[in-house]
Amino acid sequence: MRPSDIVRVAFVAALVTWTLLPIVIAVLYSVAPESEYYSDKPIPTSFTLDHMRVLWNLGARDAIVNSIIVGIGTVALSFALGIPAGYALARYVFPGRDLVKLGIVATRMFPVIVIAVSLLKTFLRLGLNDTLPGLILAHTAMALPFVVLISSSVFAGIPRELEEAGYVFGLSSIGVFFRITLPLAAPSLAAAAMFTFLLSWNEVFIASALTLTNRTLPAFILTSALATPTDPIKFAAAVLMIIPALLFILIARRYLITMWAVGR
Amino acid sequence: MAPAGREWVKPALLMAPAILYLTIFIVYPIIDTIIIAFFPEGRFSTESLEYLLYSPLSKFWDAIKFTLILAALVVPIETVLALIATLVLLQPFKGRDTAVYILSIPIAISDVAAGLIWYSMLTSKGFVNKVLIELGVIDSPIYFFGYEFRDRALLAIVLAEVWRSMAIVFIIIFAGAQLIHRELFEAADVFGASFWVKLRHILLPMIKPSIQAALIIRTLFAFQVFAVVWILAGRDIPVLAGEAYYNLVEIHRFDVAALYALIIAILSMTTGFLYLRMLRARHLEV
Repeated sequence: MRPSDIVRVAFVAALVTWTLLPIVIAVLYSVAPESEYYSDKPIPTSFTLDHMRVLWNLGARDAIVNSIIVGIGTVALSFALGIPAGYALARYVFPGRDLVKLGIVATRMFPVIVIAVSLLKTFLRLGLNDTLPGLILAHTAMALPFVVLISSSVFAGIPRELEEAGYVFGLSSIGVFFRITLPLAAPSLAAAAMFTFLLSWNEVFIASALTLTNRTLPAFILTSALATPTDPIKFAAAVLMIIPALLFILIARRYLITMWAVGR
Repeated sequence: MAPAGREWVKPALLMAPAILYLTIFIVYPIIDTIIIAFFPEGRFSTESLEYLLYSPLSKFWDAIKFTLILAALVVPIETVLALIATLVLLQPFKGRDTAVYILSIPIAISDVAAGLIWYSMLTSKGFVNKVLIELGVIDSPIYFFGYEFRDRALLAIVLAEVWRSMAIVFIIIFAGAQLIHRELFEAADVFGASFWVKLRHILLPMIKPSIQAALIIRTLFAFQVFAVVWILAGRDIPVLAGEAYYNLVEIHRFDVAALYALIIAILSMTTGFLYLRMLRARHLEV
């Protein structure tokens, strides 16, 4: 090994440890018996699901169900609205196209906190506060710019010749989209859908502002789980939060780099 | 007929639902927020502003201060770390892809989870304290949390924020670096270029757009820092988004919450504008 290789290996090892160690510790401490956590042993050796069980009964179960409903609803609504727009941006040249794209980038950059105040006030008036549909509407506002931009770059990456072949064989433009374009785009769009789900799953500010009894998981953690005096219960909450994140990296890892390489 | 023409009816119809939605749920709330902050009873009022600036209950100046301090610490540190990560991971080696995926994990992890994860590292019974005591470096734990340890809580927040958001910077820069053709480096090798020459004259110029994009995104999001601070320090370390949350959710001062939201928005827009101006200026020089 050359000296430069040793330096490289050391750096890589340090960066990987820096990323993984806190996750491993949080997971280990979340399943350690209380007595062991409050002892001086850095690495616990016993296993218990007590903290998970307490958290579960405290309301994590309902919160997870709510989070899943809101996440799926957000993916469905933002894809229904965003896919056609993304396709139009990728395939058509029309006046004001760049302006529209810039506007969508701007809405994506805009702090979601701004919409939380106004939405809470409006939802209180309409009786949509503390409801899951209300939260789906809010999360869709946050996710839609992302879905439009990412699907536009996915569609732009699909060769136009394949679509033209479809027209030659007599398909309508709707037929071409559903039988040629969409199947080709499906893997990348699935990765984007998972990430959209995570955007909703992870979002805490709007969720805590708009709900009171119908908490999503992060809102539940911020208000209830944080109030427990037992540290390992908090770590158990962190572990529940990161499970979908880890699954996402595991399943969609191949799309990670391409997803962020395009469109900027 | 192939949809390659310059027709505009179809794209307009395809775009309309999304644009309408964003108008109702983003553009209108922005206007509404201005109204909530300054026209609470239908008439212009500066009551929210006066509360923000002069009320003894308001933590506005601290919130501005800590938000800017955090952004000024977190964004440069994570950018340098992401650049180092890109450098050591650019050339393929066995296990490289796995390392890239591992470094990307925090991009999917929420700020709530990141705050709690670092709590498990740094609390008095946390991993860091236990290891330091086990090694005999310290006798009693170092306390990071609680009002009297505010400076250390700030350090804990910086660690958690860098840990959480370095991934997005890394992915953007690494993705940009992947687009550089290997031939460029091979040509440089042929001419005997050193590591530093390759870094200075090939890699950095080529990934400059990625670095700029990452910097813009991260700075704007740094102004919205909330959950990590809320979990690790509560209002002991006030930040703008935390004060917005407190006013909105805990004491229901909608006008003050709206004003905080507007301040974050103005801060973001100014920064975005300055970045774009700087980039364009440099672009014209070249």
